[in-house]
Amino acid sequence: MIKRKLVLSFPEKTVTKPIIYKLVKEFDLEFNILRAEITPDMEGKMLIELKGDKQRIDNAVIYLSENNVTVQEAAKDIIVDRDICIDCGACTSICITRALTLDKKTFKLDFDKDRCILCELCIDSCPVSAIKVNM
Amino acid sequence: MAKTIEEINEKIKSGDVVVLNAEEIIEYADKKGVKKTAAEVDVVTTATFGPMCSSGAFLNFGHSDPPIRMEKVWLNDVPAYAGIAAVDCYIGATELSETEGIKYGGANVIEDLINGKPVKLKAISHGTDCYPRREIETFITIDTVNQAYLFNPRNVYQNYAAATNSSNRTIYTYMGKLLPNFGNATFSSAGQLSPLLNDPYYRTIGIGTRIFIGGAQGFVAWMGTQHNPSRERLANGTPAGPCGTLALIGNLKDMNTRFIRACSFRNYGVSMFMGIGVPIPVLDEEMVEFLKVTDEDIYTEVFDYSVQRRNRPSYGRVNYKQLRSGSIKIGKRDVQSGCISSYARALEIANLLKEQILKGKFTLTASVSPLPLEQEYRGLEILSQEEL
Repeated sequence: MIKRKLVLSFPEKTVTKPIIYKLVKEFDLEFNILRAEITPDMEGKMLIELKGDKQRIDNAVIYLSENNVTVQEAAKDIIVDRDICIDCGACTSICITRALTLDKKTFKLDFDKDRCILCELCIDSCPVSAIKVNM
Repeated sequence: MAKTIEEINEKIKSGDVVVLNAEEIIEYADKKGVKKTAAEVDVVTTATFGPMCSSGAFLNFGHSDPPIRMEKVWLNDVPAYAGIAAVDCYIGATELSETEGIKYGGANVIEDLINGKPVKLKAISHGTDCYPRREIETFITIDTVNQAYLFNPRNVYQNYAAATNSSNRTIYTYMGKLLPNFGNATFSSAGQLSPLLNDPYYRTIGIGTRIFIGGAQGFVAWMGTQHNPSRERLANGTPAGPCGTLALIGNLKDMNTRFIRACSFRNYGVSMFMGIGVPIPVLDEEMVEFLKVTDEDIYTEVFDYSVQRRNRPSYGRVNYKQLRSGSIKIGKRDVQSGCISSYARALEIANLLKEQILKGKFTLTASVSPLPLEQEYRGLEILSQEEL
């Protein structure tokens, strides 16, 4: 059993298809949709966490790609530049999943990527522009 | 037994001085008691590192040939105030670039200067018989100008409000991004490390006090603007909201951008993170009582920043231990809280100042004149001449 966090981009033609349903039915995967949105140009974006057998997840990714869904690994997408960061904590109060917190002892910023759902609320909360999104 | 600043300075010179930071003194006093602590500890270092809009620098460029009496000045397209003598100007931290807008401002100019980067100077004048030049465009650096010193009219607020947002839209303020429906709360104080919260009645911090400012040694020049010492205080002397302030001065040429940083709050504007450290002499037991103050003993009020009025509604008091825990209660809600000033960097400054004192590189000064403990705090009313 492994976990993978993926960003799926659905082109306009795919938005109406029951693709996620197939992940359960055909590939026996457990999923958690962390974020989903449809942009004004009808492109769908979804942050999804898949849990299950490694081979099955790999097969599911192939299935998604065959159906024109772009698949990206999500883990590396938010980047805190430690050289610029001043450990103020402005980002911590708006991080709803508490991926960004101040260490209780050192008061320096901790970023727990596993908790991050890529909501991007933190990006423009940073007064020194130390947080960037790498899409 | 009381100590004098002269005695403490003698100990600094001989290398016998005992220095703690304002966090360490808490445990020390708790273990050893107030009396012993007063006898054993000589200096406590306090510090803060937060956004302080009321900051800026005076520059004197030196005279060009032929000379110019600069009437309007721009530094990297950011207007500087030039309504003083010929080649003097004041570059304010929050002034915005005429070409870059909110992305670059006076604070960035100051940061670029400290970093040794070239800055474009443009100035115009109507020309006089003694200053015939009517315009100039040239590049300067911190090394080419005669003088560059920071003069900040209001820094080191003795406590500050906490902010939240009851409205149904995200608001962007100088207290940072505030999410709708009490989505978060922000605050800005070093709390138990903060200079004026450790000397609440300004017994040792006054005009002329030598301080750490942006990496350099500087001084308290005056009370800060909006100095409001008459605010209600708790039994430990600390005020439960914005109170005293300091005007500070220091040589920009000696500063370091680890301790002074330009910043920009979205939809609000440019400001500057100022790193300030103030050593407090442990003169007697009363000073220990003040210095052992903890985040739990210091309170502030949570205000609703979605109400666009001078007096915003309050959701009551909360202490800094709660604020720093990451969650506070507003009514029945649990609201995520976060600081917009850096406690980690403040602690670094307090430790650096401690090290400088231990090495004999930083000595204490008695204040030349105390800060007022009573001062009227006025609002601005919109009046006709007859109504005045």
